[in-house]
Parts: sequence; structure tokens; C-alpha cells
Amino acid sequence: MKKRHWYDYLWIVTPLYLGLGCFNILFAWLGLLFFCLPLLIAIFGGSKAYCNRYCDRGQFFGVLGKTCKLSRKKPVPRWLKHPIFRYGFLIFFLLMFANMLYVTWLVYAGARELGQTVTLFWTLQVPWGWAYPTAVTPWVAQFAFGFYSLMLTSALIGLLVMVLFQPRAWCVFCPMGTMTQLICRVRARKQLRAVRETGRMPEV
Amino acid sequence: MAKRYAEIGKDCVACGSCIRVCPVHAVTVWRGVTAVVDKVRCVGCGKCAAECPAGAITLQNREELA
Repeated sequence: MKKRHWYDYLWIVTPLYLGLGCFNILFAWLGLLFFCLPLLIAIFGGSKAYCNRYCDRGQFFGVLGKTCKLSRKKPVPRWLKHPIFRYGFLIFFLLMFANMLYVTWLVYAGARELGQTVTLFWTLQVPWGWAYPTAVTPWVAQFAFGFYSLMLTSALIGLLVMVLFQPRAWCVFCPMGTMTQLICRVRARKQLRAVRETGRMPEV
Repeated sequence: MAKRYAEIGKDCVACGSCIRVCPVHAVTVWRGVTAVVDKVRCVGCGKCAAECPAGAITLQNREELA
């Protein structure tokens, strides 16, 4: 049996994060770590160490799909792993992120009232007022509601594809994974050109 | 030497699922771009192919290496 490391238990972070957001929406701010860490590692380290080792969500789907046997373990459809879908989903995700920031700015500017709802699948408004601590500046809470909506929606999509296909099917089109791989591709462009010219992948 | 070895295809998303299950540590992720297999070390068990969410890993016969 393989030796287990501390980072093999990071899967607990996903249910913890989603659970805490049910009690106090401000915990959603912690989710920025899941956005910033992979990007920083890719930009400055030129690797996908976050995906490979530390991604709590990937591990969580692995635990549910493999250990709990909740996955059908069927092949992921070809269209789901096609670059057009992967990059399209990334662009869509970034646009939704930008929209969330815009709404936060509107609340900050006083042009819009704080919506105490979590928006599932970018359309379905779910009342979430019980998790809102009133002593907080409205725009801070608005960002938290918006960010938690993104995190919960992506987690639900991940759960769905975990059940339908492979445990870590979400990793195939995860926007963060696509983005970090793109950054790594740009960083390794010279070596990739050499690979294309020689037609040989680098040896380990 | 094992009769088969794992080969990584173009669909690899470098998620690293294969690294976790390889019993002989033959897989690494090259610069965050794609997984690569040490063909000499690979024992062709197929665990990585079963684990890969993108279905990017296939098992090849050693004879086809030449």
C-alpha cells in the first residue's frame, strides 16, 4: 500500500467549505484560496502541483466515486473532453465570475440591493438569508453569496459527472485545471515546439 | 520486462490521477502540460488507464516500441 501524506486528506476541505457556507456565508471568501493557489503555482512554478496533489475537490470526487462506489465508472463522452468544450466552459465560467464581480460592485455603489440568495446553475435563486450575518458590509456579503453560488454550482456539476462517468470526470473540464494547463503550456512553449519537431514526448 | 506499457494520449489534462495509483511511480506530470510514463519502469498493470478521467491512457505492447 502506498504511503499516505497529509495532503491525501485534503478532500475533507470540500464538504467543510460547503457546509460552513450553510451556516455563515462569509466563509465563502475562503474559496478565493482555491482560485489563487492553482494560478500562483502555475504562473510562478510552471506546474499543476495543485491539481496533482492538493486539489480537495478532485480528491473528494475520488473518495465518493471510488471508495464510496458512487460512480458508474463509464467513459467520459468525447465532446466533454474536446478542447472547444473545455475552453468554452472556461470562458463561460470566467464571464459568470466577471458578472458576479459586477453585481458586487453594484451593491458597493448602492445601485442594487443585497440579494440574500444563492444562485444555482446561474439561474435558480435559492433563499439563503439564514446564513447572512447582518453586521457585515453589504458588498462583502454580496461577493460571498456570488462566490458561494459558483462553488456550489460547480460542485453539483462535478457530483453529477462523477456519478454518470468517472470519479474525477470534473477534472476533465474544470475551469481552473484548463486555465492552469494553458498557463503551463505557454510557459513550456519552447520545449513543446521541440517536442512537435522531433515528434517525441520528453522522457521521464 | 512487462509485456505492456502505458502510453499517454493527447486528451491528457494533467490532473495527476494516474500518479496516485501507479504502484511503481512510473508516471509524472511534465511541466503541468501532460503526464509522461517511464516506459522502462512501467509494469503495464493498467491501473492508470482505469483511473484516467479523460480516457487518455492506453496500454501498448512492448513489441510495438521498436
